[in-house]
Amino acid sequence: MADVLLSAKDIKIRFGGVIAADGINLEVHEGENLAIIGPNGAGKTTFLNISTGYLRPQAGTVTFLGQDITAHLPRTITKLGIARAFQIPQLFLDQTVMENMLIAAASRQGYPSGFKALSRLPEASEMERLLELVGVRSYAERKARELPEGQRKLVDIALALALKPRLLLMDEPTSGVASSEKLEIMDILTAALAKEKVTSVFVEHDMDMVERYAHRVAVWNVGKIQKVGTPAEVLADPKVQQQVIGI
Amino acid sequence: MTRRIKPITTAAVIFFLVSAVAPLFVSSWATLFALILAKGIVVLGIVLLLQAGQVSFGHAMFFAIGAYTSAFWGKYIGGGDILLYLVLGGISSTVFGLIVGLFVVRYREIFFGMLNLAFSMVLWSLLEKMFPYTNGADGIRVARPGLLGFVFTPETFQYVILYVSLLIAAAAFYGVQRYLESPLGHMLRAIKSNETRLEYLGMSARRVLLIGYVISAFLGGIGGTLVAIIQQIATPEFGFWTKSGEFVFIAILGGGAHAFGAFAGAAMFEWVRFYAAAHLADSWQLILGVVLIVIILYAPNGLIGLRQRYRQSGKRGR
Repeated sequence: MADVLLSAKDIKIRFGGVIAADGINLEVHEGENLAIIGPNGAGKTTFLNISTGYLRPQAGTVTFLGQDITAHLPRTITKLGIARAFQIPQLFLDQTVMENMLIAAASRQGYPSGFKALSRLPEASEMERLLELVGVRSYAERKARELPEGQRKLVDIALALALKPRLLLMDEPTSGVASSEKLEIMDILTAALAKEKVTSVFVEHDMDMVERYAHRVAVWNVGKIQKVGTPAEVLADPKVQQQVIGI
Repeated sequence: MTRRIKPITTAAVIFFLVSAVAPLFVSSWATLFALILAKGIVVLGIVLLLQAGQVSFGHAMFFAIGAYTSAFWGKYIGGGDILLYLVLGGISSTVFGLIVGLFVVRYREIFFGMLNLAFSMVLWSLLEKMFPYTNGADGIRVARPGLLGFVFTPETFQYVILYVSLLIAAAAFYGVQRYLESPLGHMLRAIKSNETRLEYLGMSARRVLLIGYVISAFLGGIGGTLVAIIQQIATPEFGFWTKSGEFVFIAILGGGAHAFGAFAGAAMFEWVRFYAAAHLADSWQLILGVVLIVIILYAPNGLIGLRQRYRQSGKRGR
């Protein structure tokens, strides 16, 4: 079996009366695309928030490559090799797509000193390659705010890839995108992840996407993991069909 | 982007050339231009913070620290030199900027602005109340310093301080514009549009803002030192909130999109004040107020945004 990249052990967190995680145990293996599915409010995004340091669990630990990251800040976790793409793309809207990418490249270096212009960073060609890889090279000189939603999603993912992460956590990578574009975006995305050798965890509501692109699926329900398995196993489970998918 | 900046850079070069040459023909302009340049340096610091979407209503504290550093040196140690004053003013404002910055960069928007205001008012109160050391509201006279051992007559000195101010202003302008185009400058802008993403790229937004804040404090101190030398006095008014407001006013007037906005705004402000004060005595603020209203209505991006606006309206007209 492949190495364990991320491991969550007995994670518990609640917001008032809402239980978002109630003893979550999950391992993410190197090289896989793990899909997280479940009804709204089941705690899927909370798991991503805990794994990236945005939230601290009330109990339990999260380790990445064997290192406890439970109390780490998002930026510390990013530097360890976990990147994140958001449900609503988080871009620097007043800057061009290429400037967005170069900021990510500069961030990877730590605190850049000196007065070298951002546009002249040696990473420019590498960033162009990444934009090409996710299919938005033609938007490089456009302001991020001028991009359509689908392209914003791809730039958001390209920003994460610019950090050269080991693990990418994505929250609904195709939400807000026209259904005709979903397959195209996921094709581009999974090809890019495979080329860059990045493991991924993605939260998804569209079962077609899950079936087509996930290696494994974890089913969330009321703060608990109901089932983990291959897409075929999970989606064929009558309980999952009834309680989560709503068939 | 380069194409958009070039005309502004050209305008900046022309401005610095005019500042160097015009006072040779009208001697009363030497002090006027020196003040424009010195205040432009302070406003550069405000423009820097505007990139991150933060407005400081207390930056006069660094202006006062620079000014009082020279004043204290003259009063308690004696002698002095323009370069020594500038080095001391720069160091003291930088150190103070770092201390205050560690607190204020935790806050954003109105809280950032008001916390800066609070710190500046504490300093103003100290300068006012510690009469035995500061002479209270009367301030401290700053004796005319020499430069590298040379002593000057008042007539020559006004040109010496003009050209020193010009050199520093040009260097500060170049340095700040390079900084804004550097990765750190872009990260400062990124704070304004998406601080969360910056953190998720592995950067500390607070630290990025702190670096910008300390640079802006340094610029405030240098500007304050120059104004104290030009006017040969440092008073608590230098640190009063109205002075901070004046710097913000100038930044809005000039525009925050480019470093030249600081000098364009300072030139307009001092020029209007110089001539309006001569004709309207105590009502010169009325003229400035009208100018600001016109700028906000017709050039919301400040004087340096006028060209872009003109081009856009030209395109619409076609």
